[in-house]
Order: sequence, then structure tokens, then C-alpha cells
Amino acid sequence: MTDLVPIAVAVPIIGSVVALLAGLVRSETGWPVALAASVAQVGLAVELARRAFVEGTIRYVVGGFEVPYGIELVIDGLSASVLVLVAVVALGVLSYARAAGPRSNAFYAAYLLLVAGLSGMTITGDLFNMYVFLEITGLAAYVLVASDDGGRSAVAALRYLLIGTVGASLFLLGIGYLYIGTGTLNMADLAGLLAEDVGHASTLARAAFAFVVVGLFIKVAVFPLHTWQPEAYAASPDSVSGLISALVSTVSAYALIRVVYTVFTADFLAANPFARDLLAAAAMVSIVAGSVLAVAQTEVKRMLAYSSVAQFGLVVAGASLANETAMVGAAVHLVGHAVVKGGLFLAAGAVATATGARTVAEYDGLADRLPVGATALGVLALTMVGIPPTVGFVGKWYIALGAVESGAWVLTAVIVASTLLTLAYFARLVERMFFREASVSSPTGEETDARPEGPTWSPTATRPPRPT
Amino acid sequence: MIDLLASRYYYLVTFVLLGVGTYMMIGNRNLVKKVIGMNVFQTGIFLFFIAAAYLDGANPPVLTADAPHVSPLPHVLILTAIVVGVSLTAVALGLIVRIHSEYGTLDADVLWEVRHDD
Repeated sequence: MTDLVPIAVAVPIIGSVVALLAGLVRSETGWPVALAASVAQVGLAVELARRAFVEGTIRYVVGGFEVPYGIELVIDGLSASVLVLVAVVALGVLSYARAAGPRSNAFYAAYLLLVAGLSGMTITGDLFNMYVFLEITGLAAYVLVASDDGGRSAVAALRYLLIGTVGASLFLLGIGYLYIGTGTLNMADLAGLLAEDVGHASTLARAAFAFVVVGLFIKVAVFPLHTWQPEAYAASPDSVSGLISALVSTVSAYALIRVVYTVFTADFLAANPFARDLLAAAAMVSIVAGSVLAVAQTEVKRMLAYSSVAQFGLVVAGASLANETAMVGAAVHLVGHAVVKGGLFLAAGAVATATGARTVAEYDGLADRLPVGATALGVLALTMVGIPPTVGFVGKWYIALGAVESGAWVLTAVIVASTLLTLAYFARLVERMFFREASVSSPTGEETDARPEGPTWSPTATRPPRPT
Repeated sequence: MIDLLASRYYYLVTFVLLGVGTYMMIGNRNLVKKVIGMNVFQTGIFLFFIAAAYLDGANPPVLTADAPHVSPLPHVLILTAIVVGVSLTAVALGLIVRIHSEYGTLDADVLWEVRHDD
């Protein structure tokens, strides 16, 4: 009964088409279809994960075309965890979106398509297949980001689309190099051929690594390549920013780990210390710059977005270390960050809906106005910082331990300091929520609302005439 | 060097296309031209795959007695990638239509200014 594997990708795709088609007949059908598909997806993911953990790695050959020519779906421990994460977070966000909107059938269709793309990326064992699912995920994400009213989300989505396409195209170029070198696209097959036929120190392997890694860096939003991400998270509707912040970059980071470990393997990093140093450097720059930029933000959702840049720096740091302890840390942090960051965005959205507070200054005395929301935000913020019993601590601890094992002292220092850096931007939020009086009236008035008002808004109408 | 360029000119063209596409995306202020730049960029990668599959004097990959055949796999892959590219272009143009109806401009610099005035 390995036939369940392709169904895990098929269910959300079929659900997406059904949601769209049924919506043409009756406009209220989108929600029940999305709910049914999501629940089925959670059931499938849990069952597949149970099998993967109990019976070992599941392999499924699509359409009977034998590997290395056909497409293979592989579920091992790591992909099973990510598959369950995707299904569970998607179901949670779906129930949130029921209350917060958007509620159109097109939204439910794009939402299910996103789940399908993420699930496909997670379980595929074929590099080109991964590219196709990466683009499906991207397309669904661009549409979802643009699903807010007003022009801001459309501009953010277009920018996301242009930069994201370059990232996916560079990934495809890297795959092209690997295909020319080895004549196969199967990941397990590639790993063997790359080591024997091509050689890890060859220019072709290095060029392929560079293209694939930089392409995925754009998708993960590692520091200098993150420019699409804060605006895309901040301008999209609250439920969408919860969903994509929790899943899209997470699954891209999973793809990065998969490509670095399954295709290039740790031997490649050992043979090319420069590639390894580059990963570590990108991670360190990401952690520091992401945190500093997060502190500088006035809008809460933008602050959370920059925080993601820093946290994915930690995951890349774990990947660059190439030892087992750091890998465990990276995997734990990946899953933990997804749940916590998704929760933070949803909580920030709930606060905005209840009180209208969207900037850090407006969070003054939130604990009095909205005790449940403030407590949820506070607990999630402390989890993100990494206070010991929380999941944020476990991930960071293992990554730091891995860094000590490898003797990468600079990286260790940055990882330990990252806790303080995270505290730098979350502490001020907690302090404002619990230890300050609410200001009687918003001192900045309408300027705090960053969204343009209504569709009739036009730049020429509101802008004062320039003196000539 | 000249020999290498003469025998590998399609790779050169690939990277020229990648450069032109990137420059169009960065240098052009018009959003539609940015999307065309994105298409040029992708076309460069398509050419890269097709050139990799090319074999001098080979037949099309159809069942005939006389070998050698061109490898069919890159063509199939690129067919998929072209479909992906078309969908991306469609979504991008849809977004541009919305941006135009919302802000009344397609100039990236003006849009940036408008965003700062908010």
C-alpha cells in the first residue's frame, strides 16, 4: 500500500480544482471543499509519517517508469515531519481564515494549490520535479499575497514574482549543470554519480552547487536576497502572511537541506571548504542583519518578517556545519520556527482585527485591552527567543552544540548571540504590551495606518502639488 | 580561446540572454518591460538545456533504425518549464493590470514614491 504517496499530492490539487469549479455553481462551496481536502491531507500525512517512522523510508515510482528515468517519490523521517507540518499548519490557518478572511473560492483554490506544491516539494525524489513544485508553490504564493484589497499587496506580489522567478530559474540552471554532468535527475542516483564520475572538486559540480544554492537562498530569503520578503509578508492579508511565513520559506529551506545533503552530500562540503565557508558566512550575515533590520521596523508584521530572515540564517548555519547534531538542530528549528512564526503572524492579525494596532507604538498597554492576545504574543515571542523549555531553545541548542563540535567558533558566537539579538526586537514588544500604559489617543493619527484607503485612492488626488 | 567560443557559442548566447534579462528587470522602469526581461532570462535557461541535448548530425528522438538520436529528456523538461513560464507571465500581467487600475501608472519609480507617501 505505497499507493497513498501520490495521493498526498493529488488530494489538494483535486480539491483546488473542485473548489474553483463548484464555486461557479454555488458560491458557498469553497469552504467545505477546502476543509474536507485539508482534513484528508492531515490524515494522509500522519499515516504516511507513521509508516515512514515505523517501517522505514517509503519509495514510490510514479507511473511505472523505472528510476533513474522515472520520477520517484521518497518519504524519509525528515520529509515525513515536514509533510505533517505542512498539512497541520495549513488546516490551522484555514480555520483562522474562516474568521478573518479572505473567503472567496479563488482564495480557497489558491490555498489548496499552495498546499499541493509544498507537499510535492517535500516528498519528491527528483530534482526537476522539485523545480516544478517550487514554481507551483511560487505561483500559488504570488496569487495569495495579492489577495488583499488595495494596490499595496499587488505591488508586493509582483516584486515577489520577479525575484522569486529569478531564484527558481537559477535553481533550474543548476539542475541543468547536474544533468549535463551525470545524465540523471534522481537525487539518490545523482549523489553517487556526482561523487564517482564528476568528482566533488570539479568546476561543474561547484557551478551547479552555486546556482542551486543561490536560487534557493532567494526562495528562503537569506540576507542580501531577502528584499521581496518583508513587503510580501506585511502587505498580504493576515491569514496569508501566517500561512506563507510558516510554510513557504520553511519548505524552501527543507529543499536546501535536501539538496545539500542528499545530492551534494557532506563529502562535497568537505572537499570544498570554500562552499562551506560561504554557507556559514551567509548564515552569519543573515542572523545579524535580519535582527538589526527587525529592530528598526515600526510595523509589527514587517518586524516579524525580518525576524524570519534571521531565523532562517540559523537553519542555514545548521546546514553549513554538516554534522549530525547541527542537522538535528536545523530540523527542529525549521519545524519549531514554522509553528511559532505562523502563530505570531496570526496573533498579530488577531490583535489588528480586535484593536486596530499594527505598529509597535500602538501595542502600548495591549495586555489591558486584549489580555488573551497579548499573552499569546508574549509566549510565542519568548519561544522565538529561545527560553529553555520551549522549542526555540532546543533547536538553537543543538545547532550551537554542532558548531562547537565542528570547532567553528565564530559561528558559535553568532548563534549564541542570536538569542540576544532576537531578544532585542521581541523584548521591546513584550515591554510595550505589559509594562506601559495605553496612550489615550493614537498620537500619530492616520499616519500609522500604512494601507491605502479604498480603491478610489489615487496618487494625484492626495499628493500636494510640488512647488516649481 | 577562439576555438572554444566557436564550438561552444550557444553557451555564450545563453549567458548573454541571462545578462540582458537581468538588466531589463533591474534597469527598466516599466513593469511590463520588467516582465519581458523575466521572459528573456528564462529563455536563456531554455536555450541552455536545448543546447546541452544537441548532438551533431543526430536524428530527432523518434523510433527509427538509424542512430544516433538526440536525447529527448531535456526537450520534455523544457516543455514543462515553458508552461511554467507562461503561467508566471500570465499571473504577472494580471497583477500589472491591477496595479494600473489602482495607481494609474506602470512606472516602478513613481510607484515607489507613492508607497513612500503613504
